[in-house]
Amino acid sequence: MHELGVVFHCIKQVNEIAKENNVKKVNSVTVEIGEVSTVIPYYFEDCWNWAVKKETVLKDAKIYIEKIEAVTHCENCGKDYPTVAHGKICPHCGSEKTFLLTGNEIAIKQIEVVDN
Amino acid sequence: MDEVRVIEIKKSIFDDNDKDANRLREELKTKGVFLLNLMSSPGSGKTTTLISTINALKDKIKIAVMEADIDSDVDAIKIKEATGVQSIQLHTGGMCHLDAEMTRQGLSGLDLKDVDLAILENVGNLVCPAEFDTGASKNCMILSVPEGHDKPLKYPLMFSICDLVLINKMDVAPYFDFDLDKCSQYIKMRNPNAEIIPICAKTGEGVDKFADWIIKNIEKWRNN
Repeated sequence: MHELGVVFHCIKQVNEIAKENNVKKVNSVTVEIGEVSTVIPYYFEDCWNWAVKKETVLKDAKIYIEKIEAVTHCENCGKDYPTVAHGKICPHCGSEKTFLLTGNEIAIKQIEVVDN
Repeated sequence: MDEVRVIEIKKSIFDDNDKDANRLREELKTKGVFLLNLMSSPGSGKTTTLISTINALKDKIKIAVMEADIDSDVDAIKIKEATGVQSIQLHTGGMCHLDAEMTRQGLSGLDLKDVDLAILENVGNLVCPAEFDTGASKNCMILSVPEGHDKPLKYPLMFSICDLVLINKMDVAPYFDFDLDKCSQYIKMRNPNAEIIPICAKTGEGVDKFADWIIKNIEKWRNN
């Protein structure tokens, strides 16, 4: 739903990093997107391909998306379980005292650049 | 031959917005303007709640309002006509939320001289506005009775970032299967620190409590 806004922030940050590093061109950007991050990779990619066309150093930058599995930890029994399948309630002991370990990421992992 | 290399970044995409939001919070602190970010789904009664709350507060503090929507200026006009306070409309150009930079631009369109409280009525949406820190001093949301008491389970992030949850349209509770105790329990599960105030913006029930909450939080923020 808000993928375009996320893409704009991503482009802004990559532009800043490109400037700091005095690069000529960004070939690709790798992002990490968690399974329960509210960002849908397919939409993100579409928004990216549309938005980078208006850029200069980022104009031809490809987007690589690495998905990160959502894992929840149960404070009661100490076990981890897949969040998407079971949600907030621990499938091992039925406790609601759980918290997300991974899966909420929306991060820039790395960029591939061509130097000036 | 062009040299290709990889730069490791490992940074959240929201990093720049989070930093910008913190800067804006500091700027507003210096100016003495408390910014309240009000969020909810469309139709939960944000504008009606604001009108009754502003009318309860406007003799005590100076208030300005920013209405954010994808299109139209009906809300800004409604606020101005019903309360007389300064009110402007922000258009997000299709975006489903406001970020810190858009909020800063909106604030620059207001005359902030002597303003104690600036209210940002965010775009009606329980998902996206929760991701983007606007630089607000406090976050507040409205959940209205017809939406159902299970919403804290379905939109956990929104409930987890709000300091206050208003439960609006309490007058129609008997007609819906809305369980206030269950709702409060679900909210506390997501956010143990959230305060909850049941209100009815239309009849005015509970509005005084919301107004008190605002005054109390402005005082606390000033003395901090």
